[in-house]
Amino acid sequence: MSTYELSHLRALEAEAIHIMREVAAERERPVLLFSGGKDSIVMLRLAEKAFRPARFPFPIMHVSTGHDFPETMEFRDKTVERLSERLIVASVQESIDKGRVVEDSGPRANRNRLQTTTLLDAIAEHRFDAAFGGARRDEERARAKERVFSHRDEFGQWDPKNQRPELWSLYNGRIKPGEHLRIFPLSNWTELDVWQYIDAENIELPSLYFAHEREVFRRDGMLYAVSEHKPLQEGEEPFMCKVRFRTIGDMAVTGAVESSAATVEDIIAEVAAARVTERGATRADDRFSDAAMEDRKKEGYF
Amino acid sequence: MDLLRFSTAGSVDDGKSTLIGRLLYDTKTIFEDQLEHVEETSRRRGDERTNLALLTDGLRAEREQGITIDVAYRYFATPRRKFIIADTPGHIQYTRNMVTGASTANLAIVLVDARKGLLEQSRRHSFIASLLRIPHLVVCINKMDLVDFSEERFEELRAEFAAFAMKLEIPDISFIPVSALLGDNVVEHSENMPWYEGTPLLYHLENVHIASDRNLIDVRFPVQWVVRPQSDEHHDYRGYAGMVAGGVLKPGDEIVALPSGLTSKIASIDTLDGPVDEAFPPMSVTLRLDDDLDISRGDMICRVHNKPTTGQDLEAMICWMTDRPLTARGMFALKHTTNSVRAMVTDVQYRLDINTLHRDDGVHELGLNDMGRVTLRSTGPLFYDAYGRNRQTGSFILIDESTNRTVAGGMLLGISG
Repeated sequence: MSTYELSHLRALEAEAIHIMREVAAERERPVLLFSGGKDSIVMLRLAEKAFRPARFPFPIMHVSTGHDFPETMEFRDKTVERLSERLIVASVQESIDKGRVVEDSGPRANRNRLQTTTLLDAIAEHRFDAAFGGARRDEERARAKERVFSHRDEFGQWDPKNQRPELWSLYNGRIKPGEHLRIFPLSNWTELDVWQYIDAENIELPSLYFAHEREVFRRDGMLYAVSEHKPLQEGEEPFMCKVRFRTIGDMAVTGAVESSAATVEDIIAEVAAARVTERGATRADDRFSDAAMEDRKKEGYF
Repeated sequence: MDLLRFSTAGSVDDGKSTLIGRLLYDTKTIFEDQLEHVEETSRRRGDERTNLALLTDGLRAEREQGITIDVAYRYFATPRRKFIIADTPGHIQYTRNMVTGASTANLAIVLVDARKGLLEQSRRHSFIASLLRIPHLVVCINKMDLVDFSEERFEELRAEFAAFAMKLEIPDISFIPVSALLGDNVVEHSENMPWYEGTPLLYHLENVHIASDRNLIDVRFPVQWVVRPQSDEHHDYRGYAGMVAGGVLKPGDEIVALPSGLTSKIASIDTLDGPVDEAFPPMSVTLRLDDDLDISRGDMICRVHNKPTTGQDLEAMICWMTDRPLTARGMFALKHTTNSVRAMVTDVQYRLDINTLHRDDGVHELGLNDMGRVTLRSTGPLFYDAYGRNRQTGSFILIDESTNRTVAGGMLLGISG
């Protein structure tokens, strides 16, 4: 006899599907933000679960810093083709060329923060009123307080002290013209949940997530891939190392971790035993201050 | 491995943050970089001990003021279960946050200071848990180390709480003597309290039976989205997507769609991974029917001989969540399951004193964080159950149509006008 029990992964999946369908039903012009990272890849699978056999009722948008890993771009194009969905690319390079943003210089310069302008411009240009993001509440303290339906004003800003209460599974999708919502279907997932789901669903990932030999160098206690986007400083020696990436973003801010995990199973074991958060281990952008993420989010960051 | 959502409420000094910190730390959920960060911040602020509350206080304003303002969601897992904690502030001015955290919880933890006994705050948390129909309550008699781990004191407080709990509608209440600070009975059985024959808190959380908390009897399927591929391959496909809110659906079941009252049979229950034999709460599935009915978002699919109440005159207990007070004749957008209508609050019958559950019959206005009984009239019918019977089909939110803010959470009572 059935006990009608749902595993934690299937409960999280059902919740995420519910969230996606609510947005599709209540907003006119949603968009799914795709970074090439595992969380957004999981979101694509959830969108398939929510809407197949029909097409997604929204396009996919990649905000490209121009410093993307080649592996990410290849994976993105292959995936979009397999799904036969629409892809929009919003380019930070274009924002720089148009003079919308000015690029920092110096060894710690990166384009991460510039993405905010490119993203908000693209949202305005396409008149998107809801943008799905793969952020999770376990990632960072400011995110622990983020709503599933997170309201952004006409400037794209998040006001953490003035958020709408979110009760039961009743989401408030109402906005005024010019405003938009950020939607986080993976809010209640942890890094381990995401990996377990990837395993359970047999989801294909970019090779960057698995241990591979790569030329890296050490800066501020983190390992970075050697690339044209991150020139070596004096005293920095590149070396070969077996690494993998726990998060995938801009090459200039995403650090690698030493690892020999070659399969999803290996990674699950590694994540379960990890003693440092994924952002703490690999994201230079969150190390600036106590409230780096809160500040960037207020400005309209993902 | 299944999922348990629980809520905690508390304020400075009652040990809530220490208890959560202890659960997270002992289940290896706190990471080294987080702990180092908190240790450093504690030192900088001049705190004597590492202040584990800093782990849960995510916003700058909260850290600066040393208080919890908003609901924080925390996650941990053991090999048996994944847990989601809705960690909420305890003061009366944050009632709306407690109500929000309680709305999705299967279980609530209430802390009682063993020295101070049952204070107003613990009563309030218990009342909110009861009003929100959380089926399981765990009363942690905390700071047992400060009363010499006295069995007598524990029994005294248990008896006091049990007498108070007669007023509560919570079927399952457990009592655990703990010292969150020292870890007694949190994860490991306490050696200081050999007289306690129950289980430690974590064991209880891992094993409490929650499968029966859902309503598996009354079939309720609010239609959320109609799947129509408009492609050659799936030309005739028409599926009704949604999350099961009650009961068990099987292919071949005779159903009726509300409001039309038209009947059909379930042809198949579809998922991306193929059709399934049954669907139950909280699965998200797509139903196909034998007949082509006119069904759209907001409609309710149920069984022919087990329909929800249909009505426009509604009685509800609500929590008011905005500064501008609620008075009679207020007009709002109302969202119930997947159905959106407009509704007028025709009467504010009384305010509920959530410290005593006493009814203030003379008060006909609800301010921020007040709870009270109201009567509403909606522009279109709702298909609902009493909240006590089904938390999904018995709950709604009110939205201010000019600001778009969510201004109230409501629980429907089983009376139709």
